[in-house]
Amino acid sequence: MSLWEYANPVKFIRTTDKVLPWVWVLCAATLGTGLIWGFFFTPDDFRMGSTVKIIYIHVPSALMAINAWLMMLVASLIWIVRRHHVSALAARAAAPVGAVMTLIALVTGAFWGQPMWGTWWEWDPRLTSFLILFLFYLGYIALWEAIENDDTAADLTSILCLVGSVFAILSRYAVHFWNQGLHQGATFSLDKEENISDVFWYPAVLSMVGFGRLFVALGFFRTQTEIRARLTRALLAREGQM
Amino acid sequence: MRALLYRDLILAIRAGGGFGLGLAFFLIVTVLVPFGVGPQSTLLREIAPGILWIGALLACLLSLDRILALDWEDGSLDLLATAPLPLEAVVAIKALAHWITTALPLVLVAPVLGVLLNLPATGYLWVVISLAVGTPALSVIGTFGAALTAGLKRGGLLMSLLVLPLYVPTLIFGAEVARRGADGLTVQSPLMLLAGISFGVMALLPFASAAVLRINLR
Amino acid sequence: MPVLGKYSLEVLGSYGVTLTLLVLIVAFSLRRARKVRLALEEVESRRVANG
Repeated sequence: MSLWEYANPVKFIRTTDKVLPWVWVLCAATLGTGLIWGFFFTPDDFRMGSTVKIIYIHVPSALMAINAWLMMLVASLIWIVRRHHVSALAARAAAPVGAVMTLIALVTGAFWGQPMWGTWWEWDPRLTSFLILFLFYLGYIALWEAIENDDTAADLTSILCLVGSVFAILSRYAVHFWNQGLHQGATFSLDKEENISDVFWYPAVLSMVGFGRLFVALGFFRTQTEIRARLTRALLAREGQM
Repeated sequence: MRALLYRDLILAIRAGGGFGLGLAFFLIVTVLVPFGVGPQSTLLREIAPGILWIGALLACLLSLDRILALDWEDGSLDLLATAPLPLEAVVAIKALAHWITTALPLVLVAPVLGVLLNLPATGYLWVVISLAVGTPALSVIGTFGAALTAGLKRGGLLMSLLVLPLYVPTLIFGAEVARRGADGLTVQSPLMLLAGISFGVMALLPFASAAVLRINLR
Repeated sequence: MPVLGKYSLEVLGSYGVTLTLLVLIVAFSLRRARKVRLALEEVESRRVANG
């Protein structure tokens, strides 16, 4: 297997081994601070009451759900063009994390929506788009699992990611067309400066950074695992041939 | 190219080709819906356009694997890949064959099933038009899904998981056209968007499908 | 514990589900990493043993 010849995977493991502990520490620091600050030390919103505290997990996880998919898209493109194995394996590693982020965004969105809208689920465009995104994640992960040959799997899943991304964008517009939606944008808007006072803004930012670092840490860690797994398969294949 | 098309059409129609299964499924789903939601005609009238769209979509989905499965199994796909005809054309023709043998009958039968669901009079035309414009997208997207899972034993369920999310925009706009038409509203914007999806997908997706097929045939 | 009032179910539920899911993905990742590591070591030691 040509995996041997590339210094990339080995260098990746070596580099990330050095960096990972720091990323985990930083992650714990920012995420912990952000969530504890937000949960314990911020006031209630006069409109939303204590449910405003959900913002510290809902917004970061939603952001990461999208960012994870974008990272997978970039990694897939790198695989298609440059055929760096680490890239393909990184996309594979990131997918379950992205799926979990999407799930968190969906569940916290539902919990937040319940007191505001009166039901546990509303087919609001944003929530619906995230539900569709979750399905895309599931399909992507399932395809990786279904294909035995590593290179074929990498090729097929990267094309799926590309085509899926186009359809994800299409779906977003279709869903907005389909249901004009309940969010008038205010709470969930990323223009935080004008919509949310500083008191909420800082812990929210910390949480967002914390979630981002969590994704990076998990991503590095899981990619290492994927590299080792692939190496193991390659070695087993060689054993079988001897 | 025409030869390939005729071959696929004939294969689909003769015994064992599964022709008519899509129609039967469409009928069954339509019949099942009132059992599921109750027989009140006012309710059925409301949901008829959507149900017809979903039924047609599912019927298309179920017949997707035979686009490629038979040729994969007996090796004809390998031969087609090495033929002078570009694989993109092969894929496009297979999608066309699927549309003619599976989707087109659904489009034609939809009005009859609309009667069962108490479809309003204004709805008949628009259900047919929306299905006619939208089902090509379903065939082409479905062919992409079939290519992805070609060669996988029992890849049917995985293919559904991959294809159904891709179907969402087409379903949204198609059902919207049918619904608005049934209510007597203007259908211009969703119809344009639906046509846009169909044409866009027909023009671009065969390239992705061919790339996928080449990978699977390696 | 801050006064969550009538929304305590929603807020606690959100945090609970989130933390649970995060713990689960980390735990699964750790478990898989350990399994793969052991498998790799096993195969590599066989290679060394066989020369």
